[in-house]
Amino acid sequence: MSVRKGMEVSIAVAEAVKLAKVDVIAAYPITPQTHIVEHLSELVADGELEAAFIPVESEHSALSAVVGAAAVGARSYTATASQGLALMHEIMFIASSLRLPMVMTVVNRALSAPINIWNDLSDIMAERDTGWIQLFAVNGQEAVDLTLQAFKIAEDPRVLLPVVVNLDGFILSHVIESVELPDQEAVDRFLPVFQPTLRLDPDRPVSMGAFGSPDVFMEVKKQVEEALIGSQEVVAEVWRDFEKAFGRSYQAVERYKTQGAETLLVTMGSISETAMTAVDGMREKGQKVGLIHIRLWRPFPFREFFQAIEGAKVLAVVDRALSPGGPGGPVGLEIKSALFDRRERPYVADFVTGLGGRDLTEEIFEEIATKAEQYARSGEAMRYEMIGVREE
Amino acid sequence: MITNEPKDFKRFTPKTLPQEEIIVSGHRACQGCGEVLALRLVGKAIGTPMIVVSATGCMEIISSPYPQTAWAVPWLHVAFENAAAVASGVEAGLKTLMAKGRIPRRKIAVVAFAGDGGTADIGLQSLSGAMERGHDFVYVCLDNEAYMNTGIQRSSSTPYGAMTTTSPAGKVIGGQTTWKKNLAAIMAAHNIPYVATASPAYHLDLMNKAKKAAMIKGPAYLHVYSPCPTGWRHGTDLAIEVSRLVVETNIFPLYEVIDGKYVVRKNTKPKPVEEYLKIQRRFSHLTPEMIQTIQKRVDEEYEKLLKLEVATQGLEGREGPKEEAAKKD
Repeated sequence: MSVRKGMEVSIAVAEAVKLAKVDVIAAYPITPQTHIVEHLSELVADGELEAAFIPVESEHSALSAVVGAAAVGARSYTATASQGLALMHEIMFIASSLRLPMVMTVVNRALSAPINIWNDLSDIMAERDTGWIQLFAVNGQEAVDLTLQAFKIAEDPRVLLPVVVNLDGFILSHVIESVELPDQEAVDRFLPVFQPTLRLDPDRPVSMGAFGSPDVFMEVKKQVEEALIGSQEVVAEVWRDFEKAFGRSYQAVERYKTQGAETLLVTMGSISETAMTAVDGMREKGQKVGLIHIRLWRPFPFREFFQAIEGAKVLAVVDRALSPGGPGGPVGLEIKSALFDRRERPYVADFVTGLGGRDLTEEIFEEIATKAEQYARSGEAMRYEMIGVREE
Repeated sequence: MITNEPKDFKRFTPKTLPQEEIIVSGHRACQGCGEVLALRLVGKAIGTPMIVVSATGCMEIISSPYPQTAWAVPWLHVAFENAAAVASGVEAGLKTLMAKGRIPRRKIAVVAFAGDGGTADIGLQSLSGAMERGHDFVYVCLDNEAYMNTGIQRSSSTPYGAMTTTSPAGKVIGGQTTWKKNLAAIMAAHNIPYVATASPAYHLDLMNKAKKAAMIKGPAYLHVYSPCPTGWRHGTDLAIEVSRLVVETNIFPLYEVIDGKYVVRKNTKPKPVEEYLKIQRRFSHLTPEMIQTIQKRVDEEYEKLLKLEVATQGLEGREGPKEEAAKKD
């Protein structure tokens, strides 16, 4: 039987990893990821989870060990945040190009300097082009569900790519929510034992990680790109299977009150729920505002995105990372580029906000929606505006 | 074929050398490469089933130009500084899959190979972590005393005085200004069950140590001297000659540290260091004073090693253990 109870989201994520029956966990502590790996090490120590827990000496080694474990055919997991993810950066590309399935929870946190343990998306945005499938959870239930789905997606022979599940540091990871943990047997049916396509097997030797000359390098990279793009179909299929098994549905781009909306807030992650409350307030005041939140960031779900924004006149993008010296925030940039060659496209106003844990309140989302409409009425192109920053 | 099972193994002799290779011909190593020879001997000695993890470096690049591979055993290369971390994951993965009955339960030797840069410099942290955690694998440092793959740049394992492209023999500074980092001592300080130094000129000694390293439960570290004719500027026929001289001069003493106890292969009548230095052009700029400095240091280090043996074997006030059987090799 599935169990519904109030628990810290980090603990729920660890319980999901246990339900996935991982074989190897390698992790290094970093705030705000620690509660996940602490709980996993307890589960292993208590014999509740039969897995190797490798308490590595750095995040670089965490991902390296997970790569090694995945290469022998073990279901492998790690979790990190911020500086830890940045330290893994080198190995991120290698994991995806080796086509090794694995799952990582990134508990999103700002990157130094100044050192800051609070939430924004600058850590994961710096890993955008590493070839990983990247999902965003809005609440604790989604964090659990996406974790289970992530293994199934990663290990699908049509995919064979690593997957990141993002959840906002503290404002989601440390919140106590009512979460339903699915029944183990149901999870086993949904997520059978990992059957690796290729593994390091003394009876059938293969070489992994060979060096690629200019003659073959592009072909390898193209295959990774094709696998990543192709994974979207598998993601959708896994979501259909998940809905059948557990009754909760997931979309690459989720909509909230988009019907009849002229202005859409575009968000990612747990702040979407605050933004939804703001949308409710604005709707009550008669403003035609709705919201979409991007759940699948890589591969970018172009078709679902275009469908979700149909009829909207203004997009108010909420970016929680900055591309210094560039065109604005990474999400705004992505959306502008996606829309560039569309005959009809909404006005895109990009707002960078909430950096380093700066609070994002309903009022800020209202301000963003209003400002976006003002920019659109002016007809002037805008690069981006930073919201909630003191100018003096 | 020699398996990894200790019961099957006594000691290699010229008659019992395994035919089996883990790395086969056709690879792209330089002519006269001592490193690939050392690698081959270690592989032969340990035998199959084996899974190899390579750090980025000469041995990785010469053996795996896609779509070719020289590896006859499962092989994984991830990056430069993480061979020990990757091997940790391989070992932990195998152990768990065997415990869960997903793969047959048997002894599979996990062996990580890295150069001196990948070990003493950029990979030191991941190596230290893996050794401290006690993973059951063999880490082999193939030490050619500089970053040869990138074009002979100095590492912390480059010996004092040696000329490299980043420690050139200039008008003011004459080559490497620092002493070679003692990796075997650092590994011994981790209190792992087995540490050894080896040289390909003493091939049976090297192979016996490699075998011992693989049979021991827990982490083992082998530091293997690996001549590089290209980088050291010596004849391509001299790899074995320098491998022998480096031991005969006590510059690179052969020893084991078994459960913390040192066992040193004695050399009481060492040749002068000059004999070793003079056949390599990387040392051609050395002044007599510098050679003297090196001689003094080598003598001191060797004395220190003997004292460590006496201290760890509990032989204070007595003579050290008789010369190792390895000497007969």
